[in-house]
Amino acid sequence: MEVFILALTVFLLAAFIGFEVITKVPPTLHTPLMSGANAISGISIVGAIIAAGAQQTALAAALGLAALILATVNVVGGFLVTHRMLSMFRSRKK
Amino acid sequence: MPEGVVNGAYLVAATLFILGLRGLASVRGARRGNALSSLGMLVAIVVTLLDHKIIGFELVAIGLGVGAALGAVLAVRVHMTAMPQLVAAFNGFGGGASALVAGSAIASGTVMTAATELQAVAAGAVSGLVGALTFAGSAVAWGKLQEVLRWQPGNTSLQHGVNAALGVATLALFALVIIDVSLQWPFWALVAAAAILGVRLTLPIGGADMPVVIALLNSASGLAAAATGFVLSNNVLIIGGALVGASGFILTTLMSRAMNRSVLSVLFGTLGPTEGGPGDEIYEGRIKRTSHEETALLLRDARSVMIVPGYGLAVAQAQHAVRDLSAELERRGVEVKFAIHPVAGRMPGHMNVLLAEADVPYEQLFDLEQLVGTFAQTDVALVIGANDVVNPLAREDPTSPIYGMPILDVDKAHTVVVIKRSLSPGFAGIPNSLFAAPNTAMLFGDGEDAVRQLIGELKATG
Repeated sequence: MEVFILALTVFLLAAFIGFEVITKVPPTLHTPLMSGANAISGISIVGAIIAAGAQQTALAAALGLAALILATVNVVGGFLVTHRMLSMFRSRKK
Repeated sequence: MPEGVVNGAYLVAATLFILGLRGLASVRGARRGNALSSLGMLVAIVVTLLDHKIIGFELVAIGLGVGAALGAVLAVRVHMTAMPQLVAAFNGFGGGASALVAGSAIASGTVMTAATELQAVAAGAVSGLVGALTFAGSAVAWGKLQEVLRWQPGNTSLQHGVNAALGVATLALFALVIIDVSLQWPFWALVAAAAILGVRLTLPIGGADMPVVIALLNSASGLAAAATGFVLSNNVLIIGGALVGASGFILTTLMSRAMNRSVLSVLFGTLGPTEGGPGDEIYEGRIKRTSHEETALLLRDARSVMIVPGYGLAVAQAQHAVRDLSAELERRGVEVKFAIHPVAGRMPGHMNVLLAEADVPYEQLFDLEQLVGTFAQTDVALVIGANDVVNPLAREDPTSPIYGMPILDVDKAHTVVVIKRSLSPGFAGIPNSLFAAPNTAMLFGDGEDAVRQLIGELKATG
């Protein structure tokens, strides 16, 4: 139970920080925000690496591999496409 | 590697995520912010690879290699108009990955050996449920946006009944997963039920509501990752997931407010396009037509011009033409601004990206809040492909379905020119009193073609 409360504490504090930080993002950057945040949600890649590499059961490893491919697409694609978009935003002054 | 070092590195990663998101507070800091987030992810990945838990590297190498190649190709090749589909797909991948990680933990039995068995199992069930729902819902959203999926069933009470039954079944399976942790099938049945529910909930949602749906799925993908963090007792997953959950939630709220709809009415379709009729009584004898030549003269003699782009502009691929028009006017000393409504594109901020791609400087892009009161000081407002978001009925007619929706007060500009193919209604299916206003003139025709002709006329006037 103690572990759960600790985890919940971390979750709630992070959510509050998220609200504070993200309300300051201007509407013009909402698409890059979404794709960038999306890449961060690929953080389950950490769990996927452990699942694929810990060599427990064959089923667990296979599920881990599938998870790892999905998560890596999410992470690499997400950050890359966000970078691409942000590079398009140009100032008037050259 | 000692556990303390691993957890310390995860803390660094989580901090970098927060700093990265904070960087998005300004266009100037945004690229650095994205780089910081990416660095955080790299730290998390490297320290996980170095951790002693990894015994076999073959599968890990394959997974990382295949995923990275696929992700890179998708990211580099996507057209900016197709960004909503891509984000929908990535949302689904993230949700799917979280569900599979939870599934793997349950299949391997690591969950059962955990000191905090109940927490881990319950979190695993949440992760499987939300992850599968996100994956399936995103797949449908992708299909709709990509227009490979055109089927849209009605939202009848029978459908609602089936969905409610599915929801109850899902909850029952959820309970079963927790009650007997030695059974594995309830988890997979739960995943299957959640996936079916995800499909059924997303299918009846129309294209106009997609910005809300994508934002909601974005939030869900974060929550799934956070739930997986509870399974593995891993703080970086919990923090990263919570940040994304919060981000998606904020965007969902913003989008539904901008559309004057509640999230529930988007999901359960209490308001479809209403039969507003062609609006003859509003338009009768009040529509003024204008020509390209007249409009060009009007723009030339204006001091300030506000261009109001809507989704129709993106459909017509007219953003480059509009950029040229803006540049031509600025060359003549006319001040040009772009007024962008939150739902001008198919996802939050989509129109801004499309205009940025067309090389419109970001200083020229203004949002609802920045525009309060500015239309009254605008000489000419040029509306291209926008309809409901400039309809004054949202301000004036309490019986209108869009009453209360935040709109751009285009009608307050000195003169308004609307470029549009016909008087057909927008997504809300209602007539637009702006078109009949005394200070409005209609320039009928295709968006890109009209803008090109305007540029030609402007150049001809010397």
